[in-house]
Amino acid sequence: MSEHIASQKLYFIVFFSLLCLTLLTWRIAYIDLGRWNMVVALLISICKTGLVGMFFMHLRWSTSMVRLVVFAAIFWLAIMMTLTLGDFFTRNAVSHPQGWQASIVVPQPAAPAPPR
Amino acid sequence: MIASRRKYKLHNSQAVVAEQFDDRTQQHEASSLGMWIFLATEIMFFGAVLTAYTVYRNLFTSAFEAGSHLLNAKIGALNTAVLICSSLTMALAVHAAQTGRRKRLMAFLVSTMLLGGVFLFIKFFIEWTHDYKEGLAPGLHFTYAGPQAGHVAMFYCFYFILTGIHAIHMIVGEGVMAVLLFMAWRGRFSEQWYNPIEMMGLYWHFVDIIWIFLFPFLYLLGAHF
Repeated sequence: MSEHIASQKLYFIVFFSLLCLTLLTWRIAYIDLGRWNMVVALLISICKTGLVGMFFMHLRWSTSMVRLVVFAAIFWLAIMMTLTLGDFFTRNAVSHPQGWQASIVVPQPAAPAPPR
Repeated sequence: MIASRRKYKLHNSQAVVAEQFDDRTQQHEASSLGMWIFLATEIMFFGAVLTAYTVYRNLFTSAFEAGSHLLNAKIGALNTAVLICSSLTMALAVHAAQTGRRKRLMAFLVSTMLLGGVFLFIKFFIEWTHDYKEGLAPGLHFTYAGPQAGHVAMFYCFYFILTGIHAIHMIVGEGVMAVLLFMAWRGRFSEQWYNPIEMMGLYWHFVDIIWIFLFPFLYLLGAHF
């Protein structure tokens, strides 16, 4: 038998866990945790993704070949996000060398035409 | 393989195992692998927009929270629940296909399509219509005049693009599911061959996962004040 057939009971357990996590993330969003609001929301989303992926998408019973593709997808996403965010969030971390600012020419808007 | 065609006495195009595969295991593995590689490209596609979103959310945090605050988090939560229900019925449809129960399969495909339809109805005719009337559609009708209006407009650009491409994915899924429903009605699937149903399931659950991330990013960001 090549494919594992998961029990319907398991699907219902996963379904109710997903609904509970949705309720949780929704209620927590109304409490002000400052910067941690997004961190908590993301952690809950990752848990939900894990549940959907493992059980609904059958990764729990997949071959290592399929898991490798999933890993590669997440890994490449991590490369894209790390490099892009690493660039944007460190732009003002180091002050610009003196000579650089002088060479930047800011284009001035054209003067409005005098009324005739 | 000729042997397998003889074994199941099926027409060439309906053979359980296509000619290029040795057996069902290999065929199933190939289908899953292909589908997951497609989903990997989809992860990069949505990932690029979400990376851009993260950059701008960090640059204009207060404006993005103000924009998110105007969205109705209750409707967002309701839509999340609807989509999770449709994921359950899709998983049960795959289960019905695996156990070769045609009527159950058709019933669960129809319920998945209906739940998807409910989601799209809420999205287009309740949320988007409301946002447009409130003057929150950048480029079409944007009347928000609070502080940092330009940056709030940017939040709404992300909102419409992200929910829009998600909705397009759902519409495509509904179309493919209609074809699968027709095939199921014609009795094309059996416990020996149900790969298209399972691949449809992978796609549908993937679209669900995207929404699982969009919900906190768009709706819950500004709920706390």
